Order: sequence, then structure tokens, then C-alpha cells
Amino acid sequence: MDHVEQVRLLERFSNKSTSGTLHLTATHLIFVESNNTATTILHHHIASVEKLSLTTSGCPLVIQCRNFRVVHFVVQRERDCHDIYSSLLRLLRPVSYDELYAFSYNPKQNEQQREEGWQLIDLGAEFERMGVPCDRWQLTDVNRDYKICETYPRDLYVPITASKPIIVGSSKFRSKGRFPVLTYFYQEKKAAVCRCSQPLSGFSARCLEDESMLQAISKANHNSRFVYVMDTRPKLNAMANRAAGKGYENEDNYSNIRFQFVGIENIHVMRTSLQKLLEVVGSRFLSVNDYLLGLESCGWLRHVKAVVDAAIFLTKAVTVEGASVLVHCSDGWDRTAQVCSLGALLMDPYYRTIKGFMVLIEKDWISFGHKFADRCDQLDGDPKEVSPVFTQFLECVWQLTEQFPQAFEFSEWLLLQIHEHVHSCQYGNFLANNQRRREELQLGDRTHSLWAFLLREQQNYLNPAYCPTYADTHPVLEPSTLPCHFKFWRNMYHQFDRSMHPRQSVLKNVLTLKESNCQLEDTIKDLETVSTCIKSNFICHIQMNLWKELKTAVHKCSPSNLTELELDTERTVEGSSGTERKESYSDLQGTYGAKAEPAVVSLEFGVARMTC
Amino acid sequence: MFLCSHFILTQPVTFLVKHQQRCQEMEFAELIKTPRVDGVVLRRPFLPTVEGTLCLTGHHLILSSRQDNTEELWLLHANIDAIEKRFVGSLGTIIVKCKDLRVIQLDIPGMEECLNIASSIEVLSTLDSVSLMYPFFYRPMFQVIEDGWKSFLPEDAFKDLESMTEEWRLSDVNKDYSVCSSYPPLVAVPKDVDDDTLRKAAAFRHGGRFPVLSYYHKKNGMVMMRSGQPLTGTNGRRCKEDEKLINATLRAGKRGYIIDTRTVSVAQQAKARGGGFESEANYPQWRRIHKAIERSSILQESLIKLVEACNDQSHSMDRWLSKLEASNWQTHVKEILTTACLAAQCIDREGASVLVHGTEGTDSTLQVTSLAQIILDPACRTIQGFQALVEREWLQAGHPFQQRCSQSAYSNSKPRCEAPVFLLFLDCVWQILRQFPCSFQFSQHFLVLLFEHTYASQFGTFMGNSASERSKLNLSQKTVSLWSWVNRPQEVERLSNPLYEANCLVIWPSVAPQSLLLWEGVFLRWKRSSRCLDEAYDEMVHIIQYNNKELQNKVNNLRRQLAQLETEEPLLQTP
Repeated sequence: MDHVEQVRLLERFSNKSTSGTLHLTATHLIFVESNNTATTILHHHIASVEKLSLTTSGCPLVIQCRNFRVVHFVVQRERDCHDIYSSLLRLLRPVSYDELYAFSYNPKQNEQQREEGWQLIDLGAEFERMGVPCDRWQLTDVNRDYKICETYPRDLYVPITASKPIIVGSSKFRSKGRFPVLTYFYQEKKAAVCRCSQPLSGFSARCLEDESMLQAISKANHNSRFVYVMDTRPKLNAMANRAAGKGYENEDNYSNIRFQFVGIENIHVMRTSLQKLLEVVGSRFLSVNDYLLGLESCGWLRHVKAVVDAAIFLTKAVTVEGASVLVHCSDGWDRTAQVCSLGALLMDPYYRTIKGFMVLIEKDWISFGHKFADRCDQLDGDPKEVSPVFTQFLECVWQLTEQFPQAFEFSEWLLLQIHEHVHSCQYGNFLANNQRRREELQLGDRTHSLWAFLLREQQNYLNPAYCPTYADTHPVLEPSTLPCHFKFWRNMYHQFDRSMHPRQSVLKNVLTLKESNCQLEDTIKDLETVSTCIKSNFICHIQMNLWKELKTAVHKCSPSNLTELELDTERTVEGSSGTERKESYSDLQGTYGAKAEPAVVSLEFGVARMTC
Repeated sequence: MFLCSHFILTQPVTFLVKHQQRCQEMEFAELIKTPRVDGVVLRRPFLPTVEGTLCLTGHHLILSSRQDNTEELWLLHANIDAIEKRFVGSLGTIIVKCKDLRVIQLDIPGMEECLNIASSIEVLSTLDSVSLMYPFFYRPMFQVIEDGWKSFLPEDAFKDLESMTEEWRLSDVNKDYSVCSSYPPLVAVPKDVDDDTLRKAAAFRHGGRFPVLSYYHKKNGMVMMRSGQPLTGTNGRRCKEDEKLINATLRAGKRGYIIDTRTVSVAQQAKARGGGFESEANYPQWRRIHKAIERSSILQESLIKLVEACNDQSHSMDRWLSKLEASNWQTHVKEILTTACLAAQCIDREGASVLVHGTEGTDSTLQVTSLAQIILDPACRTIQGFQALVEREWLQAGHPFQQRCSQSAYSNSKPRCEAPVFLLFLDCVWQILRQFPCSFQFSQHFLVLLFEHTYASQFGTFMGNSASERSKLNLSQKTVSLWSWVNRPQEVERLSNPLYEANCLVIWPSVAPQSLLLWEGVFLRWKRSSRCLDEAYDEMVHIIQYNNKELQNKVNNLRRQLAQLETEEPLLQTP
């Protein structure tokens, strides 16, 4: 079965619907409306398919996507519906990496371009940019073959004084072998941000090598006599871990550490929290009070704030006190990644550029082994491993962009696009759980890199308010942590719910204007060239041709000819539907037009809708 | 914005002070026990502290550091909502809470000085006598190009209507304010209805507010009217003239909608007090729809709670969200917007005429009729058009500004008639502006400016409670109109939205809770982050607009030059 006709697509927050044909390809589900507009859904984006009980109008099929799109189809015949349902169930649970879209995706690029795409980001160069290796930090080859820690990258940076036995000893005392390594170096104060997993301390165990390791980190920074150890978990969770032979650092055993819990909840709490949030905002006819109460009770914004608070603590310790900080949670790949990367974003303006932001994700998330495959449910796996940790990080970044509109080179479009592709499995970057596995899969040879794609169209992701000199006056960002500055990210969680977005977008308009400014500047340059030529009376045949060329060029780029920036048309982030100004309250309209005489009755019906 | 009214400061300060002092000598001298104190420290959140001399004049609290290029604080006493005193030893502290929601702290050395200053401020900020209000003393130090008092006359508005339809006439039945004390002297009514009928209908409506024209929808000839509630009482009184009046607005065979801004039960209860609603039996051509916009006392409570939540320094997310929820402010915004959308939909989509009323017809009714016009009529989205709307639907229509805006969110005194009815309207406009950022000629600065001036102003525009009160006070002669100030080119420029592109369509906002935002420009205005947000937006928009205009001019000039050279230079003509 490849297509089903006369399928209705119900609008999520109104009673409107459109009918069309549903096509199922190997990679996509495509709904083509009678007016030929198409809704395309990648199978990898589908989180769940649900067949609801049969109604008089047909058999409803609800598809929830990982990019927060929710579609509700009504298929006329139950058999067709069941066919689609079972095909989708088969398609959306790939069991091996080879089945993922990245391995079949072919964007019409030659091999050289593809390879260059993978070379765009070089973490070695990034550490050099930070000033590492230096007289206190060195590159170690202990993990060259992933022997010490298979979830870490090959190249790791440790204090010069940390010898191999210390490293090996420390790694044995850390969960999953994730011993303390450098992730960010704050050159100005020579303070380091290091990361690791929890120590296997249990109730009393200690490890001299691990203690030496922390000592070495401390000694590598002359600015401070101690090093902060940030356990990003709530204290209770960390204590519970002791019973399983894990736990946290005992201040008595480690000289010169300052230990601190920051209380970010675990992946399970985050998963449930986002689920609740989506339930709340997904309900139709939501009242303001239920919305706000729902926001409160789901706890999502509280968790987001906790992550930002932790990053601020880290940033202050490093930039104000000049102390080095060691960050960990349980395994050191979820909360640790969030806090380290967000802290770096606050400390270093480079990470607030488009390229820098990619480097940051590559470093703190991809290379240090955030388990993208498990967390994003890329393969059919344990649902308890799925968690929106990376989404939450992107949201924290968004909250910061809202507070510091001039500080970031990119707009929220970039965040949304990255989120889209973390789940799409269309590019190789986020596949699998760690670098070692990625190498085994030969992703660099067999797939394309998302970063190349994003950089190619980076003009779409620019923040027009970005002010490069802002970094000079505000090298370190100091966000407000008052709760009123944390907002619901509508453009993420309702990105496909067109009716909720502003109908015109400031962002898009200003980007268009900016584009037109560039063209005008070019025109001026051309015109000036021509007029100097004429004035200097320096005209020969060659110049004549040049002049003619210029003249046509000049006429071509009159501002009225400018085409609007073409952004993703399918998603309807703020104002991308700017032209559709006639859009209206679908509810009332739907009920209005439904019947002729009892229009009055249905109007009240519609009114009830709008109120409740 | 540290200056209470920066526009005053654009004028030489000394001149103003002299003028102030004269007033002070005459009428306020005995109220000001200590006119000046040195060594006062001004503290404001997120801004540097200023040390200087505090001066009290009849209408202003001034703090000047007496150094060049440093800030001066000019605060209208009328802007002060409440003050608090604290003492540590002989150092007194006065916390001044303003009606524009700003909170500042003044550290005053000397207990006696502090007490004197505090009591003077208390008296001066709560003067009851209208004749002592600042607008009567304020003399404009800008050139009035167009007198705002004459900018929006009902006669002119009616000329526009006449060009579209002949079914309406301007009646002067209320010329001496005897038929309805809160209506203007001239109102638009159906042509076929005579003044006598109007008088009788007025007797049947709350406050004499008989149904009058609020808006004519050019596209399909449908109209929106507004009135007070009908005085049916418990025994279902009826009034043939009232029925005739509103039926006269319907086309043959057409039906209309009556939007009652109250819930059914509230409307029912109103009967016991002589009010009520139009029964189906007596108004068969009309369908009644009840909505639930809250009464003013509840709105005031909501504002107080909201501002309290915004000023809460607690870092608990749950606390913030639950306080925001408990304030119900956003619920009111949603309810008002939804009702306005409904009215607009009846007119534009259903092709039906609408009558809107609540109880008095001076609060929720006006919110609905004015917002519906913003949605339907592109003219209302221009700077001039919005002024005309405020003039027509709020000032002329008899919204009691003086009563509603005499206290704001910090006041300790028991609220009497205070209510943020107009502020809620502005908030709703801001919500629509946020959703259609290119369809309004003005930016949110204009809305914030109006918010400020309704609560404290040097202009007479928002004084009084009705056209008749304003005329008795002779405001148009004795005070300056806000519109005179606003409509000067430099101010228009400041309030303009650079992204504006005229949009002739009806604009339907989303009323989903996720689409409605807290108006940071007012409620989080004095917090740092929202300020830097504004700055970034202004900056971005300014640079891009400026560049774009400038560059286009340059291109055009170069083209012209080139064309000229082309004709002058024969060499170019030969191939």
C-alpha cells in the first residue's frame, strides 16, 4: 500500500480540516492536500502513532512527532487506517543504524564537498583557541584507542602533572571510566572547567589517584587555592547512589576542594516534566489559568531555570573567583554536558557565534558522549533512556537569547533547525551514543554533516540585532535569574501550530531589509565605479562593455526586485506565514459557516469554544 | 527612563523652576514644609545611585546633583501612588511608588527633613481640588503646530461617515448634556429616528446612554453600536422607542447581535437593581450573547496582584507562576480580546450589526468596541487614527478617566472607583501589535505613553470623567492637549513603528493562552533585562531603517548623476 485517498487532516486547535491523499514512502509520510500543498513527515520524527476508536466520519489516526508536531488524520476506511498504522509501526522502529535516513540521504553533493563538510569543525583547533596545550595543560594519548574510557573522545586534555598512572587510577574510580578532563579553559584567569562522572566512593571508599587528579587540577591554577566540585544532582539522589557503590566526593579526603550540590533533576524527571507540559499546552480550549497552573505543576520552567542557575554558578566561580571547577552528575553526559556548555556560552563570546555554537555542541555534547541515540530514541530501545536533555539545553540557550538579544549571532531559527536534525537522523553528526561507535559506523564516510548544511545557509539563521561589539563590553553574560524572565518557548513547542504564531515576523522583515541593504551597498559601489570612469573620461571599448554590464546589474538589483528570504516553509515559526493575513479564528468561522439558519446557535457554540 | 517626563527637560530647566516657584509661592507654600534638602541619595534598581539636592515644588519632586551632564529626577506628585518611610538613626528613607509602576528610594539625612518631605509629598500627591492640578499650571515650551483640542471633532468624524452612508445623522439632542450626562453633545444615530425617540430611549437606558453609533463597517455596511443596559427591572419593562431605535439599524430581514459583556447570572442580578437585558420577546430580531468581562473593582484587584507578583524578588519559579495565575490579569486580557474578536466577527464574517453593552456602558463596553475597531479598521492602526479612536471611544464616550486612574497598583487607600480598564485595553492592543508587528504605524512606546498620561500628566486630555466635565473645566482653553504634543513631527517619529506597512485587511489575533504574553514594556519595565530588550529592538530597527532609507537615496542620486553624465558625454553614445 503506498497511498490512501480521501484522508482528512484535522487542525489541532480548531475544528477546521482539509482533505487529501496520504502517501507513504520509505522515509517519509506525505499528505497532499487537494490544492497541492503537502505536509511531509520524516518517519524518524514520529514518536508515536495511535489509532483511536472508530467514529462516524472515519478512523482517526494521531501521530506525535519528536519535533512537537501533532497530526490528526481521519481515514475513511478502517482497513486503510490499520494498514497505515501497522506500516508506520514497522517503519518508525529501526533496529539497526543502517536503516537510518542518514545512510540513504543524498543531497546531490560530490564526494569532496561531503568530506569538506566533515572537516569544518576541528576540536584540536578549538582547544588551541582556548590556549591549550599550555604550560599547565597537555594533550594525553591515554585514550587513543578508547581503552581507558570508551565513551570519551580519543583526544583528552589533562593537567601536566597528571601522570598516566594517576589517570588510569582515577578512571577506575569513576563511573564508566569517565575521569576528570578539561572541557573549557578560561585563559584570562587560567581557570579550568573540567568534567567527569561520579566517584565510586560508596560510603567510605577512596582513591589516592583520583585525589591526586583533583589535586593536579587545583595546582594547575595559581589563582585559587581550591577547586570547586559541582555535583549537579540533588543531594538526595547523590546520597542514594552511595548505596550502589557510587556517590560523591568526601571533602575530608580531597584537599582543597569546595563541594557543592546544585540540584538539577535526573533524565526521568525531565522526561515526565516535558510530557506533562506538552499535555497541558496540547489541550484544546485551554484557559489562561489552566495554562499557568499547568506550567507551574509540570515544573519544566523550574528545571530550565535550575540548569541556567547552575551555569551561572559555574561562570561566577570561574570568571569572578578565578577558580577551576570540576562538574559532574552521575555518568557525566547529561546534566554535566548542559552545565559545562551553558557555562562556556556565558563565559566566551565565541560560542555565541554560529560557528562557535556548533563547536560547542560538537565538543561538550557529541565528542564527550552525550547518548544522542538513546536520549533521542534513534533506534528501538529502552524508553526509560529517552529524555529531552538536549532540547532542554537548546531552550536554556533560547532563554538567554531572549535576555541578551544583541549578544548572539544566531536567531532561534538555528536552535530549531538543530533540534529538528538531532531527531531527523538525516545527518551523521548526532547518530549513535559516542565517538567510538561513530567511527565504527564510518559516519564520516557514509553520511553528510549537518554543520556544513547549516553554514551554507547561515544567512537564514542570523540574528539581525546581533552586535559583534557587544562582546567587548559584555564578554561574560550575567543573566537575571528572576523567574519572570523565563518564558514558555512557544516557537519550539508549538512550532507547527500556525494559528498560535504572530502573523507577521519582525525577525523575517528585518532580515529582508538587511539583505536589501547589502544589495543597495553593492549597487552604490557599482554606480560609483561607473561615474568615476565617465568623469575621468577614460573610456575605451573594454570599459564600455564593463559599463554596460554594470548598468544592467544596477538595474537588476533595484530593491523592488528583491525576493524575500525563503525560509523553511513547512514549519510556521513566528510569522513565516506572514503573507497569510487573512487567517482567522477557525473555530468561529467553522461553526459560522456550518449551517444556514441556526447560525445563531452555532455562533454561541463557537463562542463557548473561544471562551473556555 | 529616569526622567519623569523627559519632554519637560527638553526645555531650559531654570525657566521651568522659576515658573514652578511662582506657582508654589501662590498656592502650595503652606503645604511644603521643607522645600529643599541637600545630600539626598536616590536609589533605583539597576541604575547608578545619584546624590544631590532634593527640591519640592507645587507639582514636582526634583532631585538634582547640581553637576553638569548628570541625571536629574523630575517626578510629578500626581505620579506618586504611595510612599513608605523608614528610619535608621537620623537617616530617613522614603520609598516612592509611582503610578507608572516604578519604585524609587530616597535617603534623606535628618529625621525632621525626612518627615516633612514625606508629609508634603503625601498631601501634594493626593490633592482633591481639580483646579490645583498640574495641567492648569503647565505652559507648553514647544510650538503647538496643531491644537490637539481641535484635532478630533465629532463633526469631522461624521463627515467621513457621510461619505460612506446616508443612513445616519448627527443629533444634538444632548447639546446641554441633559439627556445623557456622560455623552458628548453630538452623537450619531439612525437617520429615521427623531430626537424625541432618543430622549425616550435614553430614559430606558442606564445613565441615559441610549444606543449610538460606534463604528460603521464600510466593507458591508454593518454597524456596531453601544449603550448602557436597558432598565427592564424585575417586571420586564419595555420601551417601544428603544426597540425602534435599534431596529432602525437593521437592514430588512437581517438580524443582529447584542453582546452583553456580563455573564447571564450577573445580567439577571442586575434586574433587581432596575437594570437588565433585552428579552427575546421584545427584541426578536436580535440574538443576545453573554460574555464574562469582569467589573472594575475586580480588575483593580487583579492589577494590584499582578504588580505584586512582578515585584516579588523570590527566585522560586512556582511562586511566580502561581502568583501570575492568581492575579488573573492574563485571563482578563484573553476575555476582553475574545469578546472584541467576537464582535468583529459578527460584523465582518456574519454580516450582522452589533450592539454592545455591559452595565453602565462606560468600561467593558468601550474595551470591546474600541478593540473591535482595531481589528476591523486599518485606520485605527495609524498614529492619528488611534488618537481619534481614543478620543471617540473613550474620551467622548464618557469613560471616567479621572475616577479610574486616580490610584494605581501601590495605593494603600481603599479603592473607590479605580480600575485599570484603559490599561487593559492598551494591553490588548499591545497583544495584537505583537502578533501583527508590521500592521501598526505606532510602536509600543505610544501605548506606554498613553498609559503614563492617563495616570499622571501635564496635559489636560485625560482630566475629568466626561465631555461635560471637561467642558465645565474649560480644559481646551486652560490646558494643553496631549495630542498637541504627540503630533509634532519629532514625537511622531519617536512613536513610529519603522516596520509599518499599511495593511488594509482585518487582522484576527490569536487568543490562545500561549499566544498572550505578559506586557514587559509596562510590568517588567523597571527591570534591567526588559530594558536591554527594548534597546536592542530599537537599535536594530533604527539602524536598518535608517540605512535602508539612506542607501536608497544614495542610489537614486547616483542614478540621476549618471543619467546626467550620460547625456553630457557624447563618447558614451557611440558604440
